[in-house]
Formats: sequence, structure tokens, C-alpha cells
Amino acid sequence: MTDNFTSLLSFLPQLWEGVQTTLILTIVGSIGAVIIALILGLAMTSEHGWVRIPARIVVEFFRGTSLLVQLFWLFYVFPLLGVDLEPMACGIGALALNYGAYSAEVVRSSIKTVAPGQWEAAIALSLSPSRRMIRVIFPQAWALMIPSLATLLIQLLKGTAVVSFITLSDLTDKITQLRQSTNETYFAFTVGLIIYFVIAWLIQELMNFLERRATAALGRSRPNSRNDRRQARRDARMSKSTDPGSTSIAGPNSGNIGYGGPL
Amino acid sequence: MPPTENTPTNPSPYETAGTTAPSTASASVAPSSSAPPAIEFKDVEKSFGSTTVLKNLNFTVAPGERVTLIGPSGSGKTTILRLVMTLEELTGGYIFVDGKPLTFEERDGKRVELPKKQTRAMTTRIGMVFQQFNLFPNMTVLDNIIEAPIHVLGKSKDEAVKEAKALLEKVGLGEKADAHPTRLSGGQQQRVAIARALAMSPEILLLDEVTSALDPELVGDVLAVLRDIAETTDITMLLVTHEMQFARDVSHRVMMFDGGQVLEEGTPDQIFNNPSHERTRSFLSSVL
Amino acid sequence: MIWNWEFAAEALPLLLRGFVNTLIATVVGTIIAAILGLIIAVAIRGLPRWINWLVRLIVAFIRNTPLVVQLIFVYYIFAGIPGLVDVPALVIGFIVIGIHYSTYMSESYRAGIDSVPPGQHEAATALSLPPVRTFTAVVLPQALRATIPSLGNYAVAMFKDTPFLFAISVVELVTSAQQFGAAKFAYTEAFTLAGIIFLLASYPTSLLIQRLDRRLATY
Repeated sequence: MTDNFTSLLSFLPQLWEGVQTTLILTIVGSIGAVIIALILGLAMTSEHGWVRIPARIVVEFFRGTSLLVQLFWLFYVFPLLGVDLEPMACGIGALALNYGAYSAEVVRSSIKTVAPGQWEAAIALSLSPSRRMIRVIFPQAWALMIPSLATLLIQLLKGTAVVSFITLSDLTDKITQLRQSTNETYFAFTVGLIIYFVIAWLIQELMNFLERRATAALGRSRPNSRNDRRQARRDARMSKSTDPGSTSIAGPNSGNIGYGGPL
Repeated sequence: MPPTENTPTNPSPYETAGTTAPSTASASVAPSSSAPPAIEFKDVEKSFGSTTVLKNLNFTVAPGERVTLIGPSGSGKTTILRLVMTLEELTGGYIFVDGKPLTFEERDGKRVELPKKQTRAMTTRIGMVFQQFNLFPNMTVLDNIIEAPIHVLGKSKDEAVKEAKALLEKVGLGEKADAHPTRLSGGQQQRVAIARALAMSPEILLLDEVTSALDPELVGDVLAVLRDIAETTDITMLLVTHEMQFARDVSHRVMMFDGGQVLEEGTPDQIFNNPSHERTRSFLSSVL
Repeated sequence: MIWNWEFAAEALPLLLRGFVNTLIATVVGTIIAAILGLIIAVAIRGLPRWINWLVRLIVAFIRNTPLVVQLIFVYYIFAGIPGLVDVPALVIGFIVIGIHYSTYMSESYRAGIDSVPPGQHEAATALSLPPVRTFTAVVLPQALRATIPSLGNYAVAMFKDTPFLFAISVVELVTSAQQFGAAKFAYTEAFTLAGIIFLLASYPTSLLIQRLDRRLATY
């Protein structure tokens, strides 16, 4: 066992490189996914068919074809079309597109969930459509969408592991290297999984923080408390069809609901 | 209050001439008869899917006039207010505000929808207070009130804040400027909503069952504010309410709706004390 | 555009053969996840506090770490145990994917069980039904009704995750596409067809689940 730890210690710099790759993929991929989600999600709430329908098609396309297919497409097919992408760009692109499409659905359904009275009050005050969205609807939808987005960003983190298939040396790749050098399967993978788990926990904490801020801005008390989560579960059941998760990969009642960080 | 009891009606600054025929009352009540009506419904039709709520509806509201719509639920009263506020799309006919078309106009014999921007320019003259208040929970009380004056009317922030604070004083909530709407009682929220609507200096104020969602003990404060507005301003008001005493006190005219049609109309005195229709009588006895 | 119909025609049978493994992994994985998920959901309710805590930690751990890493991990574990060396990678694949998704499905079950109105429980108690009977005959059937669409969504999600079996060289749809692409240098045809097959299979299923969801929502 002590041998393992000495070899882990000497392996640390390499491991850190892998963690960095995974973190870059996660962070840049998440930012890309959120931007794509906002654009497509907002487009899907448009009253104009020529905006809404193409957005819906793009979303269903990227949700319906698997992440790995998209990754391999970017990695193997794009060069044949004359577009050479760095493996890192392929990884980020595939993650952002795939999870962005899932998140777009979350954005759309959260916006649709904001009480109709809020839209009506904004119209009654003659606010312009963009002002309505930016000042009134989106801040309220944002608070609703964070729990489901948290689930999806953790899915994205988990999804980064596939980039080891396209020559990138991420955390997953380093774990298999560590296993080779120590010949200790359990040790190497336990270390690796714990690192992933900690990153996931950090994402969850960050999203919990954002959610607390967003709900506090709405003047709700004790956001994200155990009671609130129970209430949220109850609400989610009452409005199953409008639950942001129910049509996304996250499924209903996953994400923050019932899971506020690793225990 | 039983309809038979004879209470003195509110002394109105306007000459109110009662008539049971729809769409003819406006001329006689208008304080300045030369001005176009504040609101005019012309052959208005509204249906939701296959259900027709309003059909061939014609009526006018004079500038400064306060009109209460009464009638059983489902009679289309709220729909009328929502049509004026452009919250519902007109299925047929036209609505004019200050003589100008609101959402549709007739051009070369065809019914044409107006550009959204033009409609929005019209709606700045119209304010609405809702049954469920609909304050924006992501803004403080003050921000709720100054949002539209700054971003729609283009007022400076200082000016908007000054006016907002004066309005809050007026509705008795001067201390609550920085509070979150969710921290207020229903009655307080509704008074903020009234201040928010008034901040746009509307010519027309639509009040949609503004006390229906309130606990009985909170109704009084809200009605007091509205009475004050009725007495001190000449804002045109179109209101739907179940508070019959309030309706009797503030309105110049009462319109009884049934099945999307004006069943009868007249001064509060006529309608409440001497309804000519049996339907009106039974409706009033059910709510009073 | 470099699209070769001959390559496409050649690739299709290979891809469909790979697709059989994809379907096996999905179906068996779903069965494992559905059963294990229910066991977890029920067990969490009945276990003493500290075991409950431990189970939830393990569930959270499996749920929040990559399926790909878990697959490789278990693959190596099996490779290190003499009796298990010959277990086909596909079997390891559906076991791991099933366990991974059972942690999601247990949440669905839990929510479903929570959604049964307390009055149902009280009525059963009033009839002096024994607790086990109350659970199996009254609570569970109602809970499952609320849970099924969500389980369906996870089955579709699992289907789209089966390409991760690439990591342990199970020749499923995407792996066979990759192999064909490499052999013939016909990546365009192979991956495009793979994507189309995925879309054709998953989109209608999702729509079906949505309809089911709506129908089950109205009692």
C-alpha cells in the first residue's frame, strides 16, 4: 500500500496534467453548452415558426445522436471535409453541442414555466419583448433551470471521459497509465473516481450557490433547504409535464432535487 | 346589500344618463363631448378555439368615465379588459383607444393587424391591475414601479424614483420601497401594483377583480386607495369587481353582461335598485 | 461532398450487426437498472440510518463518476480474477451500465413512491392491511404509474450511452462504425449512418414516452 502512495506521489505531476485537461474540457465545454442552450432555448420559445422550428430540429438532432457519434464526426469526418480541428477543439465542440442541446430544452421549459401573469404584467407595462425577457422572465426562469443545469453539467463532466478515445490525455487516460505503472487496478481507479467525484461535488456546490442567489433575488426564504427540496419534489410531481427534467436526459426529479451534493 | 334598499348614489361630476340600449350611453356621459371616446368596441368578437365568448359587442367609454362590468362568471367581463390590454388577440372587429385603432384597423375594406410597435405605443396609455397582483418577484418594490417609466417612457432615473416614492406614499407604503414583493401581504402587494400602473400616468386604468384574491380584512385598504384615485383624478376606469358597494360608489355606469352580450346598462342606481331584467335581478341577489 | 454510396451500402450490414449488441446492452441494462433501482429505493426507506447513509453515498458516487471509467475499471477487475477472465465484454458492459443507471432510476422510484398521497397509506392502515401488503398492493402500483415515463427516459439515455462500451471494445454500433471507417477510410459514411440509426431509434421512442407520460398523467 505504501508503495502505491510513493508511486502516486511521483505520478502526481502527470495526474495533474490529466486533471487540467479534464477541467478545461469541463469548463470550456460547459460555457459553450450554456451559450448554445440559451440561444436554442430562447429560439424555441419564439412565436415565429421560422425561428422555433429550426432550433427544435437542431436540438432534437444533437440529443438524438449520441455524444460519441458527434465526437467521432468532428474528429474523423471533419478533416475529410477539409476542416482540421485540434482534438481538444473536437472534445469541447462535441460536449458543448450535445449537452447544449439537452440544456436548451431545460431553458425552454423553464421559460415556459414562469407564471403567465408575469408575461401579462410586463405587456401591461408596455415593456418591449427583449426587455420583458431580460428583466422579467429570464431572471425568474434562471432560478428554475439551475437544478437541472447542475445535473447536466455533471453529466458533461462525466462525458469528458470519452475524449481519451481521440488521443487526448485526460484524467481517464492518466488513470489507466497509473494502473499500468502500479499494476494496482483498485488503487488507480479509486483515486481517479474520487477525483471525478470531487469535481462533480464542486460543480454541485457552485450550482447550489448560484441557485441560492437566484432564489434569494426572487425574495424566497431559505432557498435550497431540505424543506424546499421536498417542496420542489412535490411541485415536480404536480407539474410533471412541465418539469424541465422530464424530457431531458436528467429525467424528472433528478439533479438538485433529492441530491444536494454528495450527501 | 339587497337591491331594494335605496342608498344615495355617489355624487358624480358627470351627467349620467341611463339607458338600457347598448353603445349609446357614451355621448351623454362624456365630459367633453367633442373628444373621441376613450375606449370603443366595434363589432368585437372573441373566441377561444370553438367557444365564442364575445360576439358582435359594441360599446364606448367616455374619457374620464368609470364603468363597472358585472355579470356571472364566464360572461366575458375579464376578456373585455384583457382585449383592451392586448393580452388576448381579437378574433373579429375593432377596438379604438382615443379614437385610434389598437390592434386592428380597416384598410381598403380589409381587416389588417397593426405593427406590434404601434400597438405597444398605444398600450402605454393603458394601465392594468390584476387579480393576482403579478408583481415581479425579482425586483424590489421600487424597481417594480420605475422599470416601465424609465425603459418605456424614457424618464430619468431620478425623476422616476421621485414619482415612485410619491406614489408609494399615496398608497400608504412609503416605507416599503426597498422591500421584496414576496415579503408583503396581499393587500400591500396589490397597492404596489396599483402604484406601478399609475406610474405610467395612464389615461385608462383596467381593474380586473383586484380584491378577489385578498383576505377580507385586506380588501378595505385597497378599495380606499382606488376610491382616492377615482375622486382625485380623471382617469378613465374599466373595472370588473364583485364588490358591489364599491362599484356603486365609484362608477358612473354599470354594464350587466350575460353570455358575451350587454344585457342592460345604466347608472348604478338604476342597475342596483331597479334592474329591468330578471337575469340581472337574480344575479344581483346571488352576489349581494 | 465526399459521400460514397458503395461504402455506405457496404457499411450498413456491419453497422446493423453492431446495432444488435447496442440493443442487447440497452435492453438487459434497462432490466438490471429497473430491478436494482427499485431495490435501492425500497431498501433506503427500510434500512437503519447509518447503512442508509452508506447506500446513499455509494449511489451518489456511482452516479457522479464517469460511466466510461467505471466500465474500464470493472473490465480490469474481471480480467484480474481467474474465473471471470472469459466473461464477454458485452456482459460486463450491460452489468456496469445497468448498475450506473440503477442509481438514476432509484431516484425515479423514490419520487414515485413519495407521490402517492398519504391518504392511501392511511386508508390501507384503516383497513388493517399489513405493512408489506400495503406497500405491494396499494403504494407500489400507484408509484409505478408515476415512475414509468421517467424510467423510459432513462432507458433512452442509456441507449445513447451504449457507445461508451467502445472503451472496453464491445463491437456495438459506433465501434463497428469506427472499425469500418478505419478499414476503408470511409468515416463519413460510417459515422453518418451510425448517427442516423441512433436518431431513427431514439427520437420516436422519446415521442412515445412523452405520449405515455401524458396519458399516465391523467387518471
